[in-house]
Amino acid sequence: MSEPEGRATAPGRTQERGTSDEALPDLTGRQAGSRTSAAAISWIREAALVPVLVVVLVVGAILNSHFLTVSNITGIGEQASSLGVVVVGESLILLIGGMDLSLESTYGLAPMIAAWLIVPVASFGSGTMLNPYLGILLLLAVGAVVGLVNGLLIIKGRLNGFIVTLGMTILLAGIQNGIVKGQAPFNWPPAFGWLGSANVGVVPVSFIVAAVIFVITGLFLRYHRLGRAIYAVGGNLSAARAAGLKVDRVRIGVYIAGSVLAAIGGLMEAGRVSSVAPTQGYGEGIIFTVFAAAVIGGVSLRGGRGNMVGAASGVILLGLVQNLLDLENAPNYWIEAIEGGVILFALILARVIGGEATAE
Amino acid sequence: MTEAIIPAVEAAGIHKRFGSTYALRGVDLSLLPGHCLGLVGRNGAGKSTLVSILSGILSPDAGQVRFDGQPAPSDTTGWSGRIATVFQHSMVVPTLTVAENVFLGSQPGRAGFVDWRAMRARTRSVLAEWGFDVNASAPCSSLTVEQRQIVEIVRALAAGARCLLLDEPTAALERGAVQRLFERIRQLCQSGVAVLYISHHLEEVFEICTEAAVLRDGELVLSAPLAGLSKDDLVAAMVGQIHYPERPSATPGPAPVSPSAATPQAAAVPAVPSVPGALDAPAASHAVALTVSGITLDAPGTSLRGVSLVVRPGERVGVTGLRGSGATTLARIVAGAVAPDAGTVLLGDRVLRPGNRADALRAGVGYIPEDRQADGFVPLLSVAENITMAVVDRLARFGFVSPRRRETRAAPLARRLSLVSAGLSQPVGELSGGNQQKVTVARALARDPKLIVAITPTRGVDVASKELLLGELDRAASAAGASLLLATDELDDLAICDRVVVLVRGEIFTEFTDPPFDRERLIAATEGMGAAA
Repeated sequence: MSEPEGRATAPGRTQERGTSDEALPDLTGRQAGSRTSAAAISWIREAALVPVLVVVLVVGAILNSHFLTVSNITGIGEQASSLGVVVVGESLILLIGGMDLSLESTYGLAPMIAAWLIVPVASFGSGTMLNPYLGILLLLAVGAVVGLVNGLLIIKGRLNGFIVTLGMTILLAGIQNGIVKGQAPFNWPPAFGWLGSANVGVVPVSFIVAAVIFVITGLFLRYHRLGRAIYAVGGNLSAARAAGLKVDRVRIGVYIAGSVLAAIGGLMEAGRVSSVAPTQGYGEGIIFTVFAAAVIGGVSLRGGRGNMVGAASGVILLGLVQNLLDLENAPNYWIEAIEGGVILFALILARVIGGEATAE
Repeated sequence: MTEAIIPAVEAAGIHKRFGSTYALRGVDLSLLPGHCLGLVGRNGAGKSTLVSILSGILSPDAGQVRFDGQPAPSDTTGWSGRIATVFQHSMVVPTLTVAENVFLGSQPGRAGFVDWRAMRARTRSVLAEWGFDVNASAPCSSLTVEQRQIVEIVRALAAGARCLLLDEPTAALERGAVQRLFERIRQLCQSGVAVLYISHHLEEVFEICTEAAVLRDGELVLSAPLAGLSKDDLVAAMVGQIHYPERPSATPGPAPVSPSAATPQAAAVPAVPSVPGALDAPAASHAVALTVSGITLDAPGTSLRGVSLVVRPGERVGVTGLRGSGATTLARIVAGAVAPDAGTVLLGDRVLRPGNRADALRAGVGYIPEDRQADGFVPLLSVAENITMAVVDRLARFGFVSPRRRETRAAPLARRLSLVSAGLSQPVGELSGGNQQKVTVARALARDPKLIVAITPTRGVDVASKELLLGELDRAASAAGASLLLATDELDDLAICDRVVVLVRGEIFTEFTDPPFDRERLIAATEGMGAAA
């Protein structure tokens, strides 16, 4: 306790440079050792799924010669992108200790409203012929409004988040189906479908955008005060409040951000398949995959714990497995059972590798 | 300016009302730089409300808070630079690092982006300046309770606060850590920080504080330098006219107690003698109530190495030791809450299944767990239901229990413990901390146990209720010849014991057999020093 300050700072510096997980044989032994191993443990947790990803890649390459080809990999990237963006949104909401089921409906409704206003009556539009750029703005606005309503009801109205977003899910999915009377709008100007269908060289634009969203969100969470406030709010709400953080604003903001991201994911999906099915999102039950990817990636359902490296590896893992099942012509009637089994297996594995705190 | 020191923080004429109940009625309080003021009062006297108002969480109905003689700004978010509170419940975010918790909500950086390097460096410099040995980049979930508290104190210091409110800071600390905390408080005072120290432990107040203030029913009834006060003076001020003896064993035989006591049962407490030999069961028979043999456990933070212990019927045995000595773990093992690696627990001649609480309960082991928030009661269920939780099998007819049967069973226990509630159907979560603890005690007594295992049963309970609880435990042990195994690090609690076993690093270090026990020697023994007679 009365040691000179030198001891407190010196080993920290070596750790900050972030060299290795080997304890340095330092004169300051005990502290340096524990500090370095603590950093190593958190690093292992963040990268808990990487070895699993490697195993899946190797197994896939052995099983199927087509698996590691450029066209297949870009295909996986394209498919996983739209889902991945929703996972970013859900992860943010999980981090503040909330949950939002309605992201899957926003994922369908936001592009549906936009597409419906953009395309002609002949391709199941409203006939308004809205400018596609305005349509994209409107899509983002739909996301923001849904998030705001959810946030206000849950945070200010003190309603249970599970039930609020469950009700919202069904309501929004019903609107999505209702405005087009069960039809799927298509044949829109290229600008609206660009995000989900264009390529830069061989790389899909949606993949680049999703990757950028993951990186920016990850950096924001790590380095921005608001990002840190998200962790504080989810880790100990009363402590965050006592520290003077505007906890309500942070939480409502996160609900909005999550819904906007879900709307962007929906736009990607619409562009990829060139139409908006009335079942897009809710009808496909994507929210279960979203939760699975986040939790497998180490985002805690109790809030306050998780990061974008983990969330991304969760998305990629599920994408690879699904692709492999497709390539191997897994029997159609069994594909869901296999996917479910893979999710449970990945959860157990993440827990074994990442330790107590992960996958809860 | 010249005639007196300007108080760092001043509360003037603070009134606060919740619905129809007055929490505070015109309280004036001044905290002087470099002084440590001890604030004491029974549960519900208004201490927490006053702390909340001083730290800006609640605003008063009337009255004013002043910093350095100036009225405090109405925007309470700016208060954190002036006054900081270390709350009873930990206010650190376990998933964040020490440095982040220190700068929670005010991280250094530019344009909203956190400068991690600067944050860690500044945390380290504050830690080093005050000589605290905590790793700035460790996640708070890996810290001990003591270290988390240090984080909270450092948070206050880093914000530049010159006034610190400590609300029951020692409640979760073992004795060595308490001494280190006191060292820190003295250091803070010497550098001109004003400290408000809130505690149930009067001896702590005498040890660390220079002045004392006593709240009773929302009013400040005493405020004076401690030099001219005795412990009895403070207790008298806290409880009003009624004077409770300091500890039951100190006054054998009936003590003079005012008949106007708020709780009639309270009068009976001092009348129960804890004098050794008064109910000397061992003399009556050489039967054995509890045999613990060769208990061994290797767990992180605490380990036991071949601990053996015998408790005779009606005997009250205390087990004490520093945190990590294994004292509370031993009690948990006996209660069946934890399974040992090796060793057996026999109640009478029945072998208890290791780590099986239900088996221990059926055999007759009543259990008062340490963490009442986590293990003691179900907050949403009623007082009656909580008390009768362990006896449902006896009350039920074909699995059904009527609330009336529960209440009939619970009522006498609630009365005996002077449990204050709006009724037996009130949810336990709505009661005050002390009354919640009484519920857990009542639950343990409900099954007429042969052995009561109690772990720090008086934690967070005010002085007067403490005596009541201990008296009731004592009486339950005496009546029906139940034995008592009391694991605690609060030495006052041990006064009701016939025998005290001191554990040091997982082994029995020594035993004290003749009460009253000498405080100094007990403390020395827990530190592993000196042999007892």
